[in-house]
Amino acid sequence: MSGAASESAAAALLVARDIVAGYQRDLPIVNGTGIEVHAGEIAVVLGPNGAGKSTLIKAIAGLVPISGGSVMLGGADITQLPAHRKIAAGLAFVPQTENVFATMTIEDNLLLAAAILPKARRVQRCQAMYEMFPDLARQRRLSAGRLSGGQRQMLAVARALMVEPRVLMLDEPSAGLSPKLVAEVFADLARIRASGVGIILVEQNTRAALAIGDRAYVLVEGRNRHEGAAAELMNDPIVAALYLGHRPPVAPSTGASA
Amino acid sequence: MLDLLGYGAFFLTTALSYGLICLGLNIQWGQTGLFNVGVAGFVAIGAYTSALLTTPETAGRLGGFDLPIAVGWLGAMLTSGLAAAFIGAITLRLRADYLAITTFGIAIVIQLIAVNVQGLTGGPFGIGFIPRPFGVLAGNALAFNLANLAVVAVVTGIVFLALQRVTRSPWGRVLRAIREDETAAASLGKNANFYRLQAFVLGSAIMGLAGAIQGHFIGFIAPENYLSAITFQVWAMLIIGGSGNNRGALLGAVLVWALWSASGPLISAIFPPEQQARAAALQIVAIGVVMVAILLVRPRGLLGEAATVSRHLDAAAGEAADSEA
Amino acid sequence: MNLQFLADGILVGAMIGLGAIGVTLTYSILGFANFVHGEFITWGTYAALTLTTGIGLLVGQDIAPLGPFSVGWPVLVAGLIAMVLTGLLALLLDLIVFRRLRRHGNAIIMVMASFGASMALRSLVEFIFTSEPAYFSRELQIAMPLGFGIRLTPDQMLMLGLTLVLVVAMQLLIAKTQLGRAMRAVSENPALAQVAGVDTGRVVQVTWMLGGALACAAGIMAGITVQIRPFMGFDLLLPLFSAAILGGIGSVPGAVIGGLIVGLGESLAVQLIGANYRAAAAFLLLIAVLLVRPTGLFGRRD
Repeated sequence: MSGAASESAAAALLVARDIVAGYQRDLPIVNGTGIEVHAGEIAVVLGPNGAGKSTLIKAIAGLVPISGGSVMLGGADITQLPAHRKIAAGLAFVPQTENVFATMTIEDNLLLAAAILPKARRVQRCQAMYEMFPDLARQRRLSAGRLSGGQRQMLAVARALMVEPRVLMLDEPSAGLSPKLVAEVFADLARIRASGVGIILVEQNTRAALAIGDRAYVLVEGRNRHEGAAAELMNDPIVAALYLGHRPPVAPSTGASA
Repeated sequence: MLDLLGYGAFFLTTALSYGLICLGLNIQWGQTGLFNVGVAGFVAIGAYTSALLTTPETAGRLGGFDLPIAVGWLGAMLTSGLAAAFIGAITLRLRADYLAITTFGIAIVIQLIAVNVQGLTGGPFGIGFIPRPFGVLAGNALAFNLANLAVVAVVTGIVFLALQRVTRSPWGRVLRAIREDETAAASLGKNANFYRLQAFVLGSAIMGLAGAIQGHFIGFIAPENYLSAITFQVWAMLIIGGSGNNRGALLGAVLVWALWSASGPLISAIFPPEQQARAAALQIVAIGVVMVAILLVRPRGLLGEAATVSRHLDAAAGEAADSEA
Repeated sequence: MNLQFLADGILVGAMIGLGAIGVTLTYSILGFANFVHGEFITWGTYAALTLTTGIGLLVGQDIAPLGPFSVGWPVLVAGLIAMVLTGLLALLLDLIVFRRLRRHGNAIIMVMASFGASMALRSLVEFIFTSEPAYFSRELQIAMPLGFGIRLTPDQMLMLGLTLVLVVAMQLLIAKTQLGRAMRAVSENPALAQVAGVDTGRVVQVTWMLGGALACAAGIMAGITVQIRPFMGFDLLLPLFSAAILGGIGSVPGAVIGGLIVGLGESLAVQLIGANYRAAAAFLLLIAVLLVRPTGLFGRRD
């Protein structure tokens, strides 16, 4: 797999197709949804509350059971892989809340994440993270619970990057952060994209997400409603309507209402 | 034939007295979700109270009030209830597993007091000469056993019917609401802890009554009657019979006691007399295994409502489902 | 001034602390108060006793005790094997009982099952070995004066030393190794641990093994310095829980300090009120902690 960001013509890095997932088998929250991301690209997943965006990436990450559909990573089927093996396959996930170990130091948080690496490499990667996030380096012995919201987010992302994933998924990283911090987080994401990682970003902050995104998906009630280049969706009346709660102006709607 | 009837009456008497304890535990656990691992303690309090109130004067020990049996039994309910009120006020707000450990400790302390405070409880020698109801009939085994059975059956029956009533009443509904979802119940203006306390006190009072009844039938009580083995047996009965269900409580008591009583002679038959004591331990093993098996295979027990246990079973799924974007 | 009660307290406290480490680890990682822990202590000790007798038979002759201690090398070997066996027993129980319940049930059901299982296990020991007390050795030990009125037997000093070694080893494991990090992670947030690449199933297994092995060690020490009987583990349950909760669930140093406090508390109670009320000391400490500071000395706020 090449790191060049211009590999858009190449096959997608991660492809999730027809995903049916939910905490209970007979009550799926995600009902036949698909997304994909290429290397060096940011795919944004948007949609109103309850649309299933979070559940979708949690399902891909292995935290919510998938009862239908498939997830391919670099051509390999990782659909039913247990959550702790996804990281070895190259897929990292940053949850929205409780995404760091508050009772452990920054250093321990990072070292833990690299369990599958040999010790020397582990320390190397840790050093690399400290270079990328100097704020964390300064307080490496501090317990993560004492960090501010923005620093925690930083640590959560650093933790996910420890094993050099090919695909990085984030669940609403901007939640609870000031606009300045949101800009910093997204700047970091742009840097990560530049290194060839494929990023899947679930977001409520539509504006900021579409500004940085390359492609975008809109989910409603567990299904794909819309997709396209992020720049286009920014000005799309359909998306605006969805967020305001109206039915999209484009007729035929897929499926009955809730 | 008459012997068999007599034995049957004796068996049922004991089984029902355990059933009474189970009914008390059911209010606490089945209805209200309180995990009381100190059952033996409340049974002991009731037994000792009634014994102290109804026995004649004994040197070196408090008591000698020589009161009628009925007073003893009422006293038993009162002291057990009061002890529960005191203990409950302090501990009921603890989370379930801490409550389990605490009540476990309480029973140990109560047993400790029973063994050591000789002036109060007669120490390791216990209290004897507890008046039996229908003691006059002691000569005729059959009549005696039948009369005892009649008394226990009546008391248990009354308690059972009363509890059935209570379970269906608004008070019972509040208890179940608290058990299912405390926050929602609180929003209705119901003070959860106060209701829990009431359930705890009522359940313990019934346990105390059962303790008193048991004491009066045997005529003699000692601290070693109130070890954790009782707590274990009663829990096994409730789990096997069906928690949350009064009929289940009684059924479980009869079944487990039957298992216990049947295994006794079985062990006597298999093991030589010198080995009896250690062989008796196998009875507990058997009951423990059955109890765990039921929890694995059919957690609601034989008669229990699926609803009682399903809250615990689906709690994991429920918590996960709560976090959805 | 006679400080013997301090020494007694520390001795008992060390043993309780060692057992409490196992309790606190399983409580924080597995999420429930495990009543079977007492039976790991009992079974471990009886296993060591049986193995010791077995080794003695194999060797054929009487084996002299090592140095000033009351036991010889067979006990040492038997002890190590017993620790492994007890760990396996714990694993077996998890496989048969707790894993299933963990999937479908919640903490209360698991505590209940542990209560039932503990009674069954204890009674099984009683059946196999009878309730007569047993001993690793009939050697009498002379307590050696150490000053301030304190006297300790060589056995007791050995036990203290070994406990210290084990405690330090456990703390290093938890704080400095990758396994320790994984255990702390699973104890705080199992889902996040998985996402970070931790095989939580494996961590659970290791926790059971460690808990079982430490319980066995604590029991063997009690067996050497006091006696072996079927209720030895059960009688330690309340002090163990008290120590673990007092120290803060999940904290190894907390468990040890909690153990020492409980041990000293018991010994103080014996001094002031009399030997009969030992058990009440642990209980009162427990109540005090739960009412004043339920998270314990070093525990997390849940």
